[in-house]
Amino acid sequence: AVVSTQSTGSGGSMEVVRAPHKRTRVIASQDEDLEKHIVTPGDVITQNLDFMKSHGTTLGNGHISSTVAGAIHKVDKLVSVRSVSSRYRGEVGDIVVGRITEVQQKKWKVDCGSRLDCQLQLSSVYLPGNVLRRKNLNDELMMREYFSEGDLICAEVAEVGNLDGMLKIHMRTHEKYGKLPEGLLIKVPSVLIKRSKLHFHRLPCNATVILGSNGFVWVGPHFIPEQPIEAISMTLRETIARLGNVIRALAAYGVQLFDTIILTGYDISLKYKVKELLKPEVMEHIAQESYEHSQHQTL
Amino acid sequence: QVKEWTVDAAAAYDIISSGINAEYGGLRCDGRRPQEMRKLKSELGVSEGPDGSAIVEQGYTKVLVSVFGPHECVNRNLRDHEKAIIRCSYNLASFGSGVRKKKMVSDKKSTEVGVMIQNTFEAAVMLDKFPKSQIDIYVQVLQGDGGERCVAINATTLALINAGIPMKDYVCACAATVYQDSVLLDINHLEESSRGPLFMLAVMPRTESIVQLQLDHRLHNDHLDKVVKETIQGCRNIQVLLDRQVKEWTVEAAAAYDIKPRV
Repeated sequence: AVVSTQSTGSGGSMEVVRAPHKRTRVIASQDEDLEKHIVTPGDVITQNLDFMKSHGTTLGNGHISSTVAGAIHKVDKLVSVRSVSSRYRGEVGDIVVGRITEVQQKKWKVDCGSRLDCQLQLSSVYLPGNVLRRKNLNDELMMREYFSEGDLICAEVAEVGNLDGMLKIHMRTHEKYGKLPEGLLIKVPSVLIKRSKLHFHRLPCNATVILGSNGFVWVGPHFIPEQPIEAISMTLRETIARLGNVIRALAAYGVQLFDTIILTGYDISLKYKVKELLKPEVMEHIAQESYEHSQHQTL
Repeated sequence: QVKEWTVDAAAAYDIISSGINAEYGGLRCDGRRPQEMRKLKSELGVSEGPDGSAIVEQGYTKVLVSVFGPHECVNRNLRDHEKAIIRCSYNLASFGSGVRKKKMVSDKKSTEVGVMIQNTFEAAVMLDKFPKSQIDIYVQVLQGDGGERCVAINATTLALINAGIPMKDYVCACAATVYQDSVLLDINHLEESSRGPLFMLAVMPRTESIVQLQLDHRLHNDHLDKVVKETIQGCRNIQVLLDRQVKEWTVEAAAAYDIKPRV
């Protein structure tokens, strides 16, 4: 249910309570057989114990059963269940946006929305001035000068821990990775961010969008790491806020995010005021039209 | 004027006994037959903030559960290097019962129920898949009309599934009492207030393993087998209804997030 109180001056209409807006999926199911292959925890997948069990399955009493709600995936002799919702599971090479939670000895702990906090080693960070050198004791003591708790950073996944799945992240080149300046952070389901060559987009409307594979999306001004940014003007703030709301609208309706669809959504949203973009009907309209537009373009 | 909510045990017993007489057609005080369960409504993914959330309504009892996790365990003393830990907080809303609850601080009963739910799900969730992590379960009883613990467990199961946390099976809970040799399933607040035994079971229906058992007051040994059998059947009924809701949600989400099966 959405409750909003708006009064548009004297004699204007007063909107006090709005009826609940049922969120309908923009992308409907096209596969009639989908239901047959959906399993829930405890459902028996197969009695055939020849299969090797992978993610999302467990060995029961003479059968393999599912442990999550999702779709069955059988490849040769390997059976797994692809869960419909889960936390971000990193892969080597992913670009992630994260927030520093702790400063420890020779490393930082970063929250990327995964099961465990990521590790950022001091040795894998460029020092100011684009220098990558062996860090000495002085650098260790100065760690908080580089990144401290609460800072947003952009980095790349270097390693995935074998036993616990903890990610080790690093900053490979100086131009794109590093501490992010003032901007907007939006958390979307990580499954909506496609893995592609480019995650760092400089949009023509003077804003930059970084689509972290972990579902953390950063919107802000154009910047070069380590260089101070000039004061952000009112129009640029509006642009950033508008882009943020468009991304929220697309994510709310389950639309995959990439730069062209965000720009399409931005163009469609121009006829509304920035704050109107938070209304459910407007969000649905933007998501619907952007999705249809992107489908037409691919055809 | 607010009606007197907390009923004297003897008076409650009288009300219940007056209901299940042959003259009234063998029905209970709310018109149900002895083994008839309350109407169950459930919904997954009701909140956007938590990883998983669910609301389950059984009759007039309504419980909202939010699940966060698995995430980094912040408390170093509680961190387990081999498996995840579960922390559960159970809270009855101040508007949730007939008389407004004045104390906002968590009391002993709430803490006890929280620990009970934690123990229940430690048996069902595959904790060894997430070493050093923590799973937080926040239970909020919005309306309490009897069987709050059971509805809380059912709602927690749905919230954990919504969060994508792997579990061996559903955990479904049902409460029962015995009156004059007949077992009454899914008891409401009035029936709970009587002197009869209050028997709660949480089971994993497919494997028929009992995860949690709670008994208040006294239950005669002769009735034990009957009560256990009927309560397990009640839990199975609940699992069927919850599964229907989960499958509906999963199909929708799989279509939306483009998760295709491959067989």
